Amino acid sequence: MSNGILVFIEHRQGAINKTSFEAVAAAQQLGAGTGQEVTAVVLGADPQHANEVTGFKLAGVVSAENPKLADYTPDAYADAFEQVVRARNPAFVIFPHTYLVRDFAPKLAARFGKGLISDCIRMKAEGGSVVFARRLFQGKMDADVTARGEVTAFATFQSGAYRGDQAERGGGASVESLPVEVGEVRMQPEAPFQEVKQAVDLSKTDVIVAVGRGIKSQENIALAQKLAELLGGDIAASRPICDAGWLPIDRQIGSSGQTVAPKLYIALGISGAIQHLVGMKNAGTIVAVNKDPEAPIFDIADYGIVGDLFEVVPTLTDEIQKLKG
Amino acid sequence: MKIVVLMKQVPNKDAVLRVRGDGKWVEEGDLSFEVNESDGYALEEALRLKEKKGGGEVVVVTLGPQRAKSVIKDALARGADRAIHVVADDFGQAGPFAAAKVLAEAVRGESPDLVLAGLQSDDHGYGQTGVIVAELLGLPHATIVIEVDWSGEQLRVKRELESGWYQWYTMQTPALLTIQSGISQIRYATLKGIMAAKKKEIREVQPAVAAGEGEFQTVERVYLPLKQKQTQFLGDGDAKKGAAQLAEKLRNEARVI
Ligand SMILES: Cc1cc2nc3c(=O)[nH]c(=O)nc-3n(C[C@H](O)[C@H](O)[C@H](O)COP(=O)(O)OP(=O)(O)OC[C@H]3O[C@@H](n4cnc5c(N)ncnc54)[C@H](O)[C@@H]3O)c2cc1C
Repeated sequence: MSNGILVFIEHRQGAINKTSFEAVAAAQQLGAGTGQEVTAVVLGADPQHANEVTGFKLAGVVSAENPKLADYTPDAYADAFEQVVRARNPAFVIFPHTYLVRDFAPKLAARFGKGLISDCIRMKAEGGSVVFARRLFQGKMDADVTARGEVTAFATFQSGAYRGDQAERGGGASVESLPVEVGEVRMQPEAPFQEVKQAVDLSKTDVIVAVGRGIKSQENIALAQKLAELLGGDIAASRPICDAGWLPIDRQIGSSGQTVAPKLYIALGISGAIQHLVGMKNAGTIVAVNKDPEAPIFDIADYGIVGDLFEVVPTLTDEIQKLKG
Repeated sequence: MKIVVLMKQVPNKDAVLRVRGDGKWVEEGDLSFEVNESDGYALEEALRLKEKKGGGEVVVVTLGPQRAKSVIKDALARGADRAIHVVADDFGQAGPFAAAKVLAEAVRGESPDLVLAGLQSDDHGYGQTGVIVAELLGLPHATIVIEVDWSGEQLRVKRELESGWYQWYTMQTPALLTIQSGISQIRYATLKGIMAAKKKEIREVQPAVAAGEGEFQTVERVYLPLKQKQTQFLGDGDAKKGAAQLAEKLRNEARVI
């Protein structure tokens, strides 16, 4: 019989990724709803990071160790984690939906004849039944999903789905060192780096006016720029705008770009894909202008205008000008 | 050098979606379809690699019903050499493992030097199919790739990490890469390309496994997302009126001006 819940703790460049604590919170809730214990799994060359999570309420911490786990590679991580899963035969394995997890966890699950129930935003675990909710169509639909089959189910949770500070603390879990075998590693990583020294730090500005694909051309950005200046703020963008080179990459908001929390965030012609939302959803007041009433950006907006940004922005700029006198 | 590109057809980005009668998927009858965004970039990268190498073959593999032919024809017009269409009407809701199994079997006989896929689909958004195909074929892989350097003997790829970080990997080949949108500028199909495409081979094959096999999850219900915030909609369809109301609200209610 499979039993218990494993939760994956990710570390990169010497530090535990904070979304791991969100995964711990999710796993604990799943544990409470299904009456199962939660064990953390840390992969590494040594137990250093395993020792950093013993303060959570956990049945234990497995430190799967091999020198080849010093630097992340999907080959080494899949080999190592596979042995932990085989040794434990858990009912569930829970991960944070990070880029690193996206890279190796599907490979791991495939070794058990499965995929991941990936990028979940909610979960309801009651009386043994577990329903996961995930987004479809870039945020335009939600789906309730249940795991099929008897053996281990693998699920990942979107960043922000659970709160890391709500992961329960406990009485000092013990670390079990588990030497694991790692086969051939077929990729060699070089050191991670940042493309450019970030010239602008958008995390400090109070007002951000962000443009998305709805802005249509580079010249049109001037419209948004004018509004930003009037509000004493900065211009920013969704990814496609920076990919196109219309604004430099250090203006990109989202999971691959900057994370910001200004007092006011005005999203112009941005659909609201999750990778954008994670970078700005903690803004104080969010305004969205979009011609599509179903655009997911409206889900998190305080104020919304359904309409053409080329009509809205000039009027808005004039009106604010008037108010400012 | 042979490069296989996995390409999927998905509903148009700006499609208005309605939940199907049984509540388990969206109504597909009234949708139009297009190529999955990142798959388009995967094809472009394959074509560029072939050009830089000065030769080779680019083979498109698509799983889907007959309507997915439009994705294949478009890829051939852009420069792909031939295509394999795994024709199936009942894989629209297949999970990533089942889809990967079918794709892996379709690719296996080709013994490519490189397999490229988009990093995730715009409909289901699983973000797993490419990685599982790699595992089933015994290939090393890299995900979220935004630059490919195969000028020498060795394949080097630049991966995107979170928050503006990157990392280069040197990969053994054959390998599978999942390509990030925006890696380059996608070319248009030329008239000449469209004409040439008519003579290119599209081989139809049957899925190697039946739909439903290898499913690890059940989609119980599909529905419009629950709102996280109470949004005040302004202007009632009148953009100018909305803008004026917004200025006033930002000043007096939100107090951010
Ligand atoms: C691994 C990964 C990482 C990513 N990282 C990031 C990231 O860091 N940041 C990021 O932003 N994205 C990121 N993305 C991409 C993300 O998924 C979306 O593709 C992207 O955010 C979409 O940008 P957009 O909203 O500008 O464009 P679209 O989704 O094309 O939306 C354009 C919007 O403009 C509206 N519109 C069009 N014309 C008008 C008009 N005249 N007036 C008003 N509205 C109009 C449309 O209705 C539509 O909603 C990432 C994706 C992946 C897979």
